[in-house]
Amino acid sequence: MIALIDYGAGNLTSVRKGFAAAGAELYTPRLPADLATADGIVVPGVGHFSATAALDAEWRAAIHAALDRGSKLFGICLGLQWLFEGSDEDDDVAGLGVIAGRCHRLPPILKVPHVGWNALDIRRPSRLLAGIPSGTQAYFTHSYAADITPEAVALTTHAAVFASVVETDQVFGVQFHPEKSSTAGVQMLRNFVDLCSRNG
Amino acid sequence: MLSKRLIACLDVRNGCVVKGVQFEGLRNAGDPSALARRYNVEGIDELVILDVTATLESRQALADTIRAVSRELFIPLAVGGGIRSLDDAEAAIEAGADKVSVNSAALLDPALITRLAARYGSQAIVVAIDAKRSDGRFDVYSRSGSTGTGRQAVEWAKEAEACGAGEILLTSIDRDGTREGFDCELNAAVSTAVSIPVIASGGAGTFQHFLDVFTEGRADAALAASVFHYSEHAVSELKQFLASNGIPVRLQHT
Repeated sequence: MIALIDYGAGNLTSVRKGFAAAGAELYTPRLPADLATADGIVVPGVGHFSATAALDAEWRAAIHAALDRGSKLFGICLGLQWLFEGSDEDDDVAGLGVIAGRCHRLPPILKVPHVGWNALDIRRPSRLLAGIPSGTQAYFTHSYAADITPEAVALTTHAAVFASVVETDQVFGVQFHPEKSSTAGVQMLRNFVDLCSRNG
Repeated sequence: MLSKRLIACLDVRNGCVVKGVQFEGLRNAGDPSALARRYNVEGIDELVILDVTATLESRQALADTIRAVSRELFIPLAVGGGIRSLDDAEAAIEAGADKVSVNSAALLDPALITRLAARYGSQAIVVAIDAKRSDGRFDVYSRSGSTGTGRQAVEWAKEAEACGAGEILLTSIDRDGTREGFDCELNAAVSTAVSIPVIASGGAGTFQHFLDVFTEGRADAALAASVFHYSEHAVSELKQFLASNGIPVRLQHT
């Protein structure tokens, strides 16, 4: 079972359709307690970092409890940024902090927001990116981006180099929209579904 | 490096693709789902579905079209034509659109852009601007190019950005359907005035026109309809041409 957390940051239809194409019907937990049965948790999101404040202490506790049980966590776009400690977009809202580091606004050397297809420079083996060659392009739409930390498995350049894919044992994040990144994106969603089903 | 996007526009009426020349004389050009599938295979970067009639009766057909197209297509999908309210936007987005494009309604009430952006995020809000040359200016028209608004394209684009627009879809009424090339001057004027992406539209006829609008016209993306619909130019051939001329594009399977 994979949960798709709806905290009001944007529409989830596309994410749901993308996962359906990857072979998984996601459920939407109404309460943090509904995460008790989740093998995987997807945190999507578009828009302002302050929207993640809706993921309050109870949700955070439930997500941490799920990670303690061995569940996998997948942040998409704003969801990736929320995996970090925080973002300059809203200093008053803390991220989940499962990855050390912060998110910063892309420098205005080029057009910001960064909208469109850009390449993934894959730097080390990744389970989320299994079967995806380095140089594959994905669809981005964002103004803030994460620090490059040891968890970064792919980097992308737009005015600055930033972490476009992060991965640890149980935590995964992508700055782009895999559900809008054609066949390569659907492959990544399938990889995450497979990782969740291996929880046992 | 960020790729320049090629966007195919499907002008639909009651579930069928049509294409007008200078907004008049529509003719049938096929089934939207079949076209969308073909474009996806050819490597199009994004799709726009434009409801050219936008009557109440065509709304259900439009939602069905969006649903059918988005079920099997995993690239961004924008929907425009007659989006006048949060409810219209919701119907399109619930059906599977990633972005909605607003035009006449935003001209009447620019705060609509802000309300839509607050609800769905700026990335989901495209403001479409139809502009026509007049005495060296670019006048903005509403209601499918039929009504003058007294606004100028550059100023309106800046205002739309300030209101929360995520992208500008800029159509040259003078060039629409003519295949004489994009209006590079219009596109460059708007693109350099805003920091959000500008999608050039109107006038695509040859590969060179796309190269021109990405260089001279400073466009971030280029939209065309008939040039893609009738297979005169495969999307993949156009991308090869652009790549060989130094334009960053997403090549097939990369």
